[in-house]
Amino acid sequence: MGKKVLLIEDEPNIIEAISFILSRDGWEVKTHANGHDAMEAVRRRAPDLIILDVMLPGKSGYDILGEIREDEDYAATPVLMLTARGQTRDRELAERAGASRYMTKPFSNADMLAAVRALAQT
Amino acid sequence: MPERLMIGTRIRERRMLSGMRQSDLARHVGISPSYLNLIEHNRRRIGGKTLLKLAKALKVEPSRLIEGAEAAVVGALREAASDSETAERGRIEEFVGRFPGWAGLVVDLHRRTETLERTIDTLTDRLAHDPFLADSLHEVISAVTAIRATSSILVETEALEPEWQVRFHRNINEDAGRLAEGAQSLVRYLEAAPNRDAELTSPQDEMHAVLAARCYHFSELEAPEAQPEDVARLVAATAQKGLSAPAQTLLETALLRYLEDARALPLPVLEAQIAQHETEPDRLAEATGAGLALIFRRLAALPDEVAGPIGLVICDASGTLIFRKPVNGFAIPRLTGACALWPLYQAMAQPMAPLRMRVRQAGRRAETVLALAVAAPSGPGSFDRPATMRAHMLLRPDPGEAGGAVRELGVSCRICPIRNCDARREPSILSEGF
Repeated sequence: MGKKVLLIEDEPNIIEAISFILSRDGWEVKTHANGHDAMEAVRRRAPDLIILDVMLPGKSGYDILGEIREDEDYAATPVLMLTARGQTRDRELAERAGASRYMTKPFSNADMLAAVRALAQT
Repeated sequence: MPERLMIGTRIRERRMLSGMRQSDLARHVGISPSYLNLIEHNRRRIGGKTLLKLAKALKVEPSRLIEGAEAAVVGALREAASDSETAERGRIEEFVGRFPGWAGLVVDLHRRTETLERTIDTLTDRLAHDPFLADSLHEVISAVTAIRATSSILVETEALEPEWQVRFHRNINEDAGRLAEGAQSLVRYLEAAPNRDAELTSPQDEMHAVLAARCYHFSELEAPEAQPEDVARLVAATAQKGLSAPAQTLLETALLRYLEDARALPLPVLEAQIAQHETEPDRLAEATGAGLALIFRRLAALPDEVAGPIGLVICDASGTLIFRKPVNGFAIPRLTGACALWPLYQAMAQPMAPLRMRVRQAGRRAETVLALAVAAPSGPGSFDRPATMRAHMLLRPDPGEAGGAVRELGVSCRICPIRNCDARREPSILSEGF
């Protein structure tokens, strides 16, 4: 079994597509679809890498990222942020919150895969 | 060149516009062509009978030759040139005198630019703060993301199992439906220009549209015999035109407050006091015994021809704008997030203490406006719950008589160009090169 990635995203078809792509690349993909108990999902799944959407029901991805970075067990876990926005301000927010990488929707599968592979080697 | 000396230039331009030769005009008014030539080149002063004769021959008012209808054009060009480093400000009168058509065109373009910039502000505010728009865009982008990722899998994955193919085709079909629906909804929304009846808009917008359509004045409620039933009738009439239920509730609240205000300070009393004290709120408050907030609301409810242009903004203790009557030169955000430097918010920090301030919003299209603000409890106090405070800010064109400093402030952070502002809540898209 490959490394474990936790995908925190609320759109079922995006979840399915990303899960498919990463599974075929050898990742063990776990998913979680809401914000308010996302941190519990992180602790339960203990992922090697997290893909985190910004716009989630219940809690913002930025807030969840803050909680991840405050948890000493996951402070160093690579986090790839996904957002529908691409403005400078959003990139700054993601970086300030501690994102390892930032991708703007819609993204290409190749870019997604490349980003995940690159983060896995950090 | 001093304006007085430009009379000759105007005479020359008028003559040429009318296709008259210099010698013909000179003969017509009884002077020599050479003297007229000197006049036209501003080398001889002119006045009195000669000026009157020339004006008559050229079929214009003498005043147009003396000061020109161009005075307004000169003023507008000065304003247009205020931000320019290259415009020859010292030659504006000469430009207007020699090229009145071009000068008029520049003024028209400047005004058009101002109008468009104001529209951009309104639309930008709408894009930045509108929750419906944010949700719709998120929905569209999510659908596009899913379609892109799924279609790539279908195209790029070799020997994709039939069950996955079926599944992904179904997903694409679902997302395409979502995308079409979201796109149609967005188009319907964006096609509705600001301040027009929109199919999709907030109840507050709907209510303000009704108030604006009546110029914020309801003569039915000014009558001494007006009753809450008249409010109900007004609301029912708007309901028939498709006003949403939440907007009807807001409108009813606003109109009942209007009725209460009209009873507390009837129109004939207010008009009589305005005749004595003009529209000075503090003097009217002293003369009538009414509170400033009530005076503000009553002045804002008067037609422009009675009280002149008067704007009014009211916010509750959370800072949310609950009433907006705009006035030229001062933009008010459509939804939330007004500039924290507004006297409206300063008044909230000093309840019952009236504030008067000359303000100007950053940006070329703004005008200096006189802002009068006061905050007061919106109802009788209670020991059992906090007082509900409301701040009122009256806005009117600044006559400039009061003098004093002008405070620079913004509309909302999102579209504000002021740098290094302590009150800034979020970056401006203007400073990022919008």
